[in-house]
Amino acid sequence: MTSEDRTATSGAPVVSLRGIVKAFGSTTVLDGIDLDVARGEVVCLIGPSGAGKSTLLRCINGLERITGGTIDVGGQRLSYDEKHLNAIRSRIGMVFQSFNLFPHLTVRENICVAQREVLGRSASEARDRAHGLLERVGLDHKAEAYPDNLSGGQQQRVAIARALAMDPALMLFDEPTSALDPELVGEVLKVMKDLASEGMTMVVVTHEMRFARDAADRVVLLADGGIAEQGPPERVLTQPSSARGRAFLQEIGQA
Amino acid sequence: MDFVSLFVEYAPLFLEATWVTLSLTAVSLVLAMVAGAGVAWLAMSAVRPLRWLATAYIGLVRGTPLITQIFIIYFGLAYVVTLPAFWAGALALAFHNSAYIAEIIRSGFQAVPKGLTEAARSLGMSRLKTLKRVQAPLALRTTLPVLGNQYIIAVKDSSLVAFIGMTELFRTSQNMAASTYQPLTSYVVVAIYYLAIVLVLTLLVNTLEARLSKHRRPEVQMKAKVKSEGAF
Repeated sequence: MTSEDRTATSGAPVVSLRGIVKAFGSTTVLDGIDLDVARGEVVCLIGPSGAGKSTLLRCINGLERITGGTIDVGGQRLSYDEKHLNAIRSRIGMVFQSFNLFPHLTVRENICVAQREVLGRSASEARDRAHGLLERVGLDHKAEAYPDNLSGGQQQRVAIARALAMDPALMLFDEPTSALDPELVGEVLKVMKDLASEGMTMVVVTHEMRFARDAADRVVLLADGGIAEQGPPERVLTQPSSARGRAFLQEIGQA
Repeated sequence: MDFVSLFVEYAPLFLEATWVTLSLTAVSLVLAMVAGAGVAWLAMSAVRPLRWLATAYIGLVRGTPLITQIFIIYFGLAYVVTLPAFWAGALALAFHNSAYIAEIIRSGFQAVPKGLTEAARSLGMSRLKTLKRVQAPLALRTTLPVLGNQYIIAVKDSSLVAFIGMTELFRTSQNMAASTYQPLTSYVVVAIYYLAIVLVLTLLVNTLEARLSKHRRPEVQMKAKVKSEGAF
């Protein structure tokens, strides 16, 4: 994406999903999802396990191939052409449940590797960016540490910094706190909330209803392969209009 | 003559033979790594016939004795081209080791967690860059001990090319036995040379392993710590 493309699409949704169908063999996980995410919007995907939340998220950057429908990111139609996909992915940050930091690289190298290989930044440019971001997530003192020496919460903050180093137009979070010990969840959510308040466009698959309530502009409840309900968090999470929404909130003990 | 003076007397011949053994093994291992990587790539291919091809190759090589492979290549190829014993030997050793190395490389790549590949791809890194910066370095780290083991086996297996007339270490000890009428001494001498080579090689592999697993050492302490903390 060039800067020209970006100005051309400002105002238009950052992500536009139309009729997304995803089947694994004979099992249809997503069955006709339509979803737009506006610039600066924070959308939380919630729903029972197996509803396809993570699958939907992974379709947005092409980690999963959709069976039907269309995906537009930043005004560009997603196709599975290798070069095009790499270009689009470099503008979409992704944070995984299991952090997925490269264990053989230091924290700093983790943040620099794609800046160097994909964006072609110089070593010093990449390093400066890495230190700036590490400072922002409160981990500059860990720059030379290896991921295995960090706590889960620290690893996830590094993973967020690694994604941000690419200057993404969109950040995807796939259950970013699910693998964390309860006392480490807060530090990661804080970084995410800061990011949200700075205007980053975010799609977050989460079970953290407090985060959804505090940080989301919109909550989307996925169930049975479709969107059961969506709207502002205070409405969806307190007075769901659908039976599916009420059932889900009851299951997680919110209603 | 006593052992020590025989050892010293034959040292020049054995040192020369050590060079032959080392260069033969080194050449064959370089070839075997290239071929092994190719076969591993076939074995991991999405195209089923290519995987069959790899399976057949590995089965064929592992199913026949090295000495047979050496003889087939040396005598069989003589009908087509006349290869010097060195190259026939190196080719046979390369052929033999490539199958084992292919399996090692394949297992190394399959041990790289899928999530790490996805993380690299999600950052926009191409397949090739992901291979270069993430998969290959991690695969190397997990396979290094097994690869080192295979290299050690290759050094010792190279003794079999003595039977196509290469004057490498083992052949030199046979010659020594024949001219001194002291087979026991001769074979103990050659055993010492092999042992020395293997010890040096082991040391090299261990050093490299230690250097490459810098990231791993403190992990052990970390895991132990987490375990004790998790006890509450």
